[in-house]
Amino acid sequence: MRQTISVLVENHPGVLARISGLFSARGFNIDSLAVGETEDPSVSRMTIVAEGDERTLEQIKKQLNKLIDVITITDLTKTKFIDRELILIKVGVRAQNDRTKIIEIAETMKANVADLGLHTITIEAVGETSHIDDLIELLRQFGIKEIVRTGKIAMETESKEKPKTIKEEEE
Amino acid sequence: MTTKMNGARILVESLKKENVGAIFGYPGGQALPLFDALYHSDLKFYLVRHEQAAAHAADGYTRATGETGVCIATSGPGATNLVTGIATAYMDSIPIVAITGQVKTFMIGNDAFQEADMIGITRPITKHNYLVKDVKDLARTVKEAFHIASTGRPGPVLIDLPSDVQLAETEFHYPEKVNIRGYKPTYCGHPGQIKRAVKMVSESKRPVIYAGGGVILSGAAKELKEFAEKINSPVTMTLLGLGSFPGNHELSLGMLGMHGTGYANHAVQNCDLLIAIGARFDDRVTGKIDEFAPHAKVIHIDIDPSAISKSVAVDIPIVGDVKCVLGEFLKIVHRPHDKEWTEKILEWKQKHPLNYKMDDNLRPQYVIQQICEATKGEAIIATDVGQHQMWTAQWYNFMRPRELLSSGGLGTMGYGFPAGIGAKVGKPGTEVFVISGDGSIQMNIQELATAVVNKIDVKIAILNNSYLGMVRQWQELFYGKRYSHTKLENPDFVKIAEAYGAVGMRISKKEEVRPAIEKAMRTKNTVVMDFIVEPEENVYPMVPAGKRLDDMIGSMA
Repeated sequence: MRQTISVLVENHPGVLARISGLFSARGFNIDSLAVGETEDPSVSRMTIVAEGDERTLEQIKKQLNKLIDVITITDLTKTKFIDRELILIKVGVRAQNDRTKIIEIAETMKANVADLGLHTITIEAVGETSHIDDLIELLRQFGIKEIVRTGKIAMETESKEKPKTIKEEEE
Repeated sequence: MTTKMNGARILVESLKKENVGAIFGYPGGQALPLFDALYHSDLKFYLVRHEQAAAHAADGYTRATGETGVCIATSGPGATNLVTGIATAYMDSIPIVAITGQVKTFMIGNDAFQEADMIGITRPITKHNYLVKDVKDLARTVKEAFHIASTGRPGPVLIDLPSDVQLAETEFHYPEKVNIRGYKPTYCGHPGQIKRAVKMVSESKRPVIYAGGGVILSGAAKELKEFAEKINSPVTMTLLGLGSFPGNHELSLGMLGMHGTGYANHAVQNCDLLIAIGARFDDRVTGKIDEFAPHAKVIHIDIDPSAISKSVAVDIPIVGDVKCVLGEFLKIVHRPHDKEWTEKILEWKQKHPLNYKMDDNLRPQYVIQQICEATKGEAIIATDVGQHQMWTAQWYNFMRPRELLSSGGLGTMGYGFPAGIGAKVGKPGTEVFVISGDGSIQMNIQELATAVVNKIDVKIAILNNSYLGMVRQWQELFYGKRYSHTKLENPDFVKIAEAYGAVGMRISKKEEVRPAIEKAMRTKNTVVMDFIVEPEENVYPMVPAGKRLDDMIGSMA
């Protein structure tokens, strides 16, 4: 099972180490982790995608919640949410018409050309993970030189029901 | 009206605000300003002979008194020497505050002399830790540290204090309140869950209460006794839970688990309801986890949500402080008194008591029984780790909380003596015995100096079998008696005691045991009793690792 958890943490040094240390010490696997400041500069948001059975994921949430620097945890998998990932893909240009083909695929997939070189083209794309994965598959035939992905960031969408945070669930 | 003072002084003033009764520590280069501030203060400071002992002493002080203990060390090696003690406290949820000197802020990360990344090193073994880079944050940090250590599921907190911050000046304001947005422990259990649990209790035919260290940490021994009596349920305890329920009570089953009593383990395996209170289903308790309490529904009361359903799936989890939750139970709980179960257990207790060979040889169990009788079971007992620890759990009848100090989770050899020192400092009017082995005692034997110099008269009973007994027992039972590096050639403990200015005694006959203990109790000094006991005595009963709890060697089948 794969789960997306959104964690609000104190924005000060060492917090990321606490989170990643917890994952490694307890043998949990992180698929991706993205961190950034929020609208409140004293708070950072981490979007963590983790893999495990239900009991492991429950433990992950409980253990995260025990960290003093963790303010709230929202299990997005239990809510409606949108997620996005940014990717940079560097593709090789071997034949003359590769260039047009690559640009065509990029346009169709709503991706942009970020850098145009003599031997490579770098495509940038933003989207859901499945969309990004599709793009990678389409570009694979040209020879992928390098991929950089940010990991998923996610946000709850507006809905009438407010999802409970872990701390509220316990109360 | 506030005056400016330096960080070292602010720390000392903050410790005073927290009513710190004793500090255990060891000075060093990066802690010089701090020790200078201590020089001018009336805080009680005890100089240990190794920093590890400072952490254990702070821990022992805490376990005996319930007040948060404090230890101080310098940066680098001083700080890393605290690590074992901090990890010991962490595993057993003991609140201590450890303060370490650190190299100057601008030197951090430069591999400076005596620099160690204490925040990184202690991150997984503290409840929280702080590196204070600005003196303005110091008072608030101390306030938060004590708050975090002692509330919720307690645990150690470390404050790393660079020497330039110790010297930097600011105005001293000690905050009245703490507000940490990410830290709001739950104290009262969910009323709906409590109601469901009460119903389950009333319907059970064969309940067993399984009480852990959380009962003692929460100060809920009184509530536990009332609860057990009200629902007429037998009570078994973990090592750290011993004393949470009187050992001589007819409902007491003593300790459960690997070296628990046969009747406790059988009661757990046959119960239809297991009420776990402030306990965490440790592997030394459960044996083979899939077959632990196979017929039982499980109610689990614990202040730490992550302790619930970690290793055993429970039917009714209740997150909350044990004292508060049991208080709620007592208001509404009722169970028809059904004698069948308690009578069956009583029969087990009578038919299969703990036993050892009664002969003229000096056996370790006998020594512990005699200590128990001589102290009327009212002493504080600190143990090390190994066979003597399990014998103490079995043969000393703990009646009250905070009277057994033992490293349960981490299993730290070398814990007992410094913990006993800490306990005696915190409870000077109470007799403190350290029950140790010839292996364990040598892991912190240098603390004889601390005890003698400060007139901390703890009584040390070494159950000397010239082996690392517990490991030897496993080698005997599971490794074909190949005693690989477990035979000890020991120094003369009597002479060591005397060299430090303590009193040494050697006891090798059964009839000498009681007079020696009584003499030690009359002696106003640290006493080392070297009991030369049966060398290859084993701890029984025993559940071999990975076996079912009622699959025991040396007890009821």
